[in-house]
Amino acid sequence: MPAYLYEQALDPLKELAQYQNQHLCPGSYGACTNFIGTMRDFNAGTDVQLMTLEHYPEMTQKFLDRLCKEATDKWELVDCLVIHRFGDIKPGDPIVLTAAWSAHREDAFSACRYLIEELKARAPFWKKETTGHKERWVHDAPSS
Amino acid sequence: MLAMSIQVKFFASLREMLGMDSTQIEARANITIREIWDQVTSRDYPVNTLCAINMDYAKPDDVVNDGDEVAFFPPVTGG
Repeated sequence: MPAYLYEQALDPLKELAQYQNQHLCPGSYGACTNFIGTMRDFNAGTDVQLMTLEHYPEMTQKFLDRLCKEATDKWELVDCLVIHRFGDIKPGDPIVLTAAWSAHREDAFSACRYLIEELKARAPFWKKETTGHKERWVHDAPSS
Repeated sequence: MLAMSIQVKFFASLREMLGMDSTQIEARANITIREIWDQVTSRDYPVNTLCAINMDYAKPDDVVNDGDEVAFFPPVTGG
């Protein structure tokens, strides 16, 4: 149930397949759910050219590690995975992957949703957008 | 009473507003997070500012211990 922070580009489907092949036994789970968050090229009615994701490295890692443990405590999971980017991100780039594996779909759906919702609400990341020649901090996390 | 050594960090818009990402301070015993803010910044504590002690969320009135790391940051926007 690891959580990883990447400065490099994230290929979420490749990461998902690689993790599943390396860490989960075939037949040990009946459901895999995942959420992939991707950068939009617009926000608050404005075109966005670039986004920089700042984080608090030690606290962010600690928070995400704890979040994965909470998910496995709350639901019957075989495993879960969180990967989040930081640094400079371009429109279309994947930002975050959350995934959960379980015997049945209900636990996997619920845990995957919990992972992304708690991450968005509490994980110490801050988005700064570049729009034209201006920069602005994103103040309100989108609700969906 | 011996002074405590506290590492203080600021992130995102707070870091830019203060022009400072971190500082090491000496503080009296039983000082709270809000009092550390006052000691370091001489500004009003911004509404909605979040804080942490040793990489765990904390409250402004929580007491800080010698050697702790205190952080201040705006509401988070990850994901």
